[in-house]
Amino acid sequence: MNGKYETHEHDVLIIGAGGAGLRAAIEALTQGARVAVVCKSLLGKAHTVMAEGGIAAAMANVDQADNWRVHFRDTMRGGKLLNNWRMAQIHAQEASDRVRELEQWGALFDRTEDGRILQRAFGGHTFKRLCHVGDRTGLEMIRTLQDRGVQMGFDVYMECAVTRLLKDGERIAGAFAYWRENGRFVVFKAKSVVLATGGIGKAWPITSNSWEYTGDGMALAYEAGADLMDMEFVQFHPTGMVWPPGVQGILVTEAVRGEGGTLRNRSGERFMERYDPRKMELSTRDVVARAIYTEVKEGRGTEHGGAFLDISHKPPEYVKRKLPSMYHQFLELADVDITKGPMEVGPTCHYMMGGVKVEAETAAASVAGLFAAGEAAAGLHGSNRLGGNSLSDLLVFGRIAGLAATEHAKKTAMPTIDAGQVEAAEREMLAPFERKGGESPYTVHADLQDTMQKLVGIFRTEDDLRSAMTQIAKLKERSQRLAVSGSRMFNPGWHLSRDLQAMLTVSEAVTRSALARRESRGAHSRIDYPNLDAAWGKQHNLIANRSGNMELRQTPVIDMPEELKLLVAEEKGAA
Amino acid sequence: MAEAVLKIFRGTSEGGATAEYRVPVAPGMVVLDALHHVQKHAAPDLAVRWNCKAGKCGSCSAEVNGRPRLTCKTRMDSLPQDQAITILPMKSFPVIKDLVTDVSWNYKVNKKIPPFTPRPGADWKFSQADIDRVQEFRKCIECFLCQNVCHVVRDHGKQEQFGGPRFFVRVAGLEMHPLDGLSRTKLLKDELGIGFCNITKCCTEVCPEGIHITDNAIIPLKERVVDDFYDPVLRLVRKIRGAGKAADH
Ligand code: SF4
Ligand code: SF4
Ligand code: FES
Repeated sequence: MNGKYETHEHDVLIIGAGGAGLRAAIEALTQGARVAVVCKSLLGKAHTVMAEGGIAAAMANVDQADNWRVHFRDTMRGGKLLNNWRMAQIHAQEASDRVRELEQWGALFDRTEDGRILQRAFGGHTFKRLCHVGDRTGLEMIRTLQDRGVQMGFDVYMECAVTRLLKDGERIAGAFAYWRENGRFVVFKAKSVVLATGGIGKAWPITSNSWEYTGDGMALAYEAGADLMDMEFVQFHPTGMVWPPGVQGILVTEAVRGEGGTLRNRSGERFMERYDPRKMELSTRDVVARAIYTEVKEGRGTEHGGAFLDISHKPPEYVKRKLPSMYHQFLELADVDITKGPMEVGPTCHYMMGGVKVEAETAAASVAGLFAAGEAAAGLHGSNRLGGNSLSDLLVFGRIAGLAATEHAKKTAMPTIDAGQVEAAEREMLAPFERKGGESPYTVHADLQDTMQKLVGIFRTEDDLRSAMTQIAKLKERSQRLAVSGSRMFNPGWHLSRDLQAMLTVSEAVTRSALARRESRGAHSRIDYPNLDAAWGKQHNLIANRSGNMELRQTPVIDMPEELKLLVAEEKGAA
Repeated sequence: MAEAVLKIFRGTSEGGATAEYRVPVAPGMVVLDALHHVQKHAAPDLAVRWNCKAGKCGSCSAEVNGRPRLTCKTRMDSLPQDQAITILPMKSFPVIKDLVTDVSWNYKVNKKIPPFTPRPGADWKFSQADIDRVQEFRKCIECFLCQNVCHVVRDHGKQEQFGGPRFFVRVAGLEMHPLDGLSRTKLLKDELGIGFCNITKCCTEVCPEGIHITDNAIIPLKERVVDDFYDPVLRLVRKIRGAGKAADH
């Protein structure tokens, strides 16, 4: 491959420039590694900018009784104990330091009366815990990390899309990518690779996720031989916009409920009383999403098939101050003034709890030299994520991944990459240009979304999941016959032809895992198995690539130390 | 269903022209939805940047009927229904393809700006009132629409000597941070060319985040530059009182 491809060499290659990727890059730079960040979009546009509500950290600035133990317990209970307990512990213990660090790098959080970081209430959190900036916390976070990274001098390859991980024997050797601007191929040689590629929402049509969320990292890891875990747990956020059609799925932050917003059905009933009378609107997301879905299904929904979410009982100035982007979003996109009347909301595909299986202490995947952090990784959130635990996840495990990836790079020699792998990756990318009369990637994508929405949604059944498997198999065949038109220059159709392969891989993994898990737990609800099952509570589903075939097996949930078991069982101060 | 006619620029740095596409209009549809419809049904290689489709990421900037806008926040029903909608790339940046432009200049300017530098011994306590104005600057989503309309860039091509409104906003956010201890006035004067700005307020008008770029960022920064460079007495007073910033010159 000498000279044929543009080639770059780094110690640590980070794929993805959201919160996890940037935090990993900063850490790796601090540890002295030569770091590159590769991202599909421009720097600063990653999905993290859309995070609204806040960062969960038990700083106890507002509720003094808060501490990491309570945060840990809330996280474990929210995840229905399927979480990797050690990740949940590290996360709860380190989140506050990571937030303070952001502040020291220039982030400006909203303040308490006595001048400290203000924290707000959120679903499933016992105490007021979310550090926030109005309803644009993600933007503050990404800008702070971006500026810090730029100043420290990382190399950023923007609008560059990784299509394959490369290996040297059993270990990671780098990645194959292409520049979106001109379609030219590029090879990254690296001792360690960190996947920080986010989630998979684009496999569903109604989603809060951006176009980048096509499961790339999970699919890359799978292709490279790493295990995926907990793939059945897809979070549907209870409140997405439902009207008008063009905005369907756009997120309505949980902060609306955190600030006191109420949910009602068409007859004005505060229906959460029937689903979770204790926590009401601030129940966990899985519960609220199912509640809204059920209200609509049973004929108690709003005109456009949602529920009413109302914050207009609060003073208009307060609403505009604490929820400015919600105010503008509804005014401009839906002609609704949320200071005067209710919003219409319904569930939207939002977050992937499952992902690449990693070690808690190092974020290492099951392939040497490969790491994963943030939404691309599995474990921290178990079967359901609490709001606010995502941004803290990005910071805590982004840092850990950057650290461990650097340590790995320090004790490893630069790998070699054989020409065969690179040529195969190139052929795969060029194939759709050579096919004449093939199908458009847009059509296949739309059909995949339709399948996932109808058959692998909030409520699942054996029959639906089986027919989803059949559909996905057909879609996979069709995806082998895609054709794209135009040139290789900034060509979204061509790009989609690759993203689609990743979406098909993760969709199959989700469906297979959902079929296997014959119980309902957290975000995974089986109508045919509506209860928790103690045996399944001790098992994770694992997905792996066995010479081209997707294999499903189980692995036991790691046992918690006794003291933590007692802590989780304890009722004191519980939400 | 009503139908709209879009005239979209198709081409590269080597040239191009607008092409016409017909798109059915659904209630509440935005221009970005229409562009996606074209991608799906007529021109799969139409190059468009977008991420959030909710006005939060600043990716989807273009000139719609001659006005620089976020296409994801421009409702189809806000545009005249009886004529074609023209969608062109931002004019001040070199075209890469179709609606995608080369905005790398912005990233270069950004690199020149020294980071937040907390004063030693800061206790990290400050009131909401102290940061209200800074939080306004930090709302910036880097859509670069202000950079695109500023005549210093658009008509005079002063990219080499000028930072542009986006980066005045960014510097203002650092300078007015209650705990920042660095002065960036020399940078503003010499490298970001704040003197080129003659306060036309075109930038403020297009900012989708409603940031008062000219009044709240640029004018106060211009005053600081004047104080530091053209009013030695005031500068001396500030230095003695220690309330000002350690100048970097
Ligand atoms: S006010 Fe200044 S920065 Fe803004 S558009 Fe006018 S000249 Fe440019
Ligand atoms: S200041 Fe406003 S117009 Fe300029 S880049 Fe930021 S958000 Fe866009
Ligand atoms: S797509 Fe994000 S601002 Fe328009």
